[in-house]
Amino acid sequence: MAVPILKQGDVLIASIQAALSDRDLVDLRDELANRVGRLRSRGVVIDLTALDVLDSFATRMIRGIAYTAKLRGADTVVVGIQPDVAFAMVQLGLALEGIATALDLEEGLALLQARKAERDVRK
Amino acid sequence: MSESNVPIERESDIVIARQQGRQLAASLGFSSTDQTLLATAISEVARNIVNYAGRGEITLETVTDGGRRGIQVVARDQGPGIKDPELAMRDGYSTGNSLGVGLPGARRLVDEFDLVSSLGVGTTITMKKWLR
Repeated sequence: MAVPILKQGDVLIASIQAALSDRDLVDLRDELANRVGRLRSRGVVIDLTALDVLDSFATRMIRGIAYTAKLRGADTVVVGIQPDVAFAMVQLGLALEGIATALDLEEGLALLQARKAERDVRK
Repeated sequence: MSESNVPIERESDIVIARQQGRQLAASLGFSSTDQTLLATAISEVARNIVNYAGRGEITLETVTDGGRRGIQVVARDQGPGIKDPELAMRDGYSTGNSLGVGLPGARRLVDEFDLVSSLGVGTTITMKKWLR
């Protein structure tokens, strides 16, 4: 099941569904890296609201997606990690080091907007 | 459903195994947090089968011990076996391309964790999580 990617202004939004397979994550990484360039996106939001399990492989892939997008010039924000999922990740010893997170899609978009404003001021 | 067997032959089977584990846990009355912890642990041991043995199976069943009720997960494969199980259970150790948190992490998600492995014969991981 491919992950749908929506475009909103210069932000790409990927909403991940529950039955996410490893293959889907690899495809998502490649597709996002591609679209960030094609659509000149400055931000990526990965929405994990519907995801019920985030294991070590999925965590590694999410980190890979964020780092890949970064190298392509886009900031990534991971949103919607459910309380149970967060707790399981802590027990597993998993972290999303260096990756911005926000409570939900709205907060994630606001964070990207704030970063963009910061960049524009510096110009 | 008191016992079910999930063949693990490809990575999409990992999702099936953890979903069945969650369902069984829910039917027994596990809290939503404990369902997630169990499903995540199943995901890790199932992934271990796919990555290192190629194929195997996961058996899920309800177990009782005195007044306690819980779920037992047995992940079995006839793969190459783990050379040094003690090392494999150490955080950050991996012979594959992974974070090395899978098995030691899975152990922290359940109440009981037992790994038996012999080279050339295979690996069996037994996990139990009790209803509380």
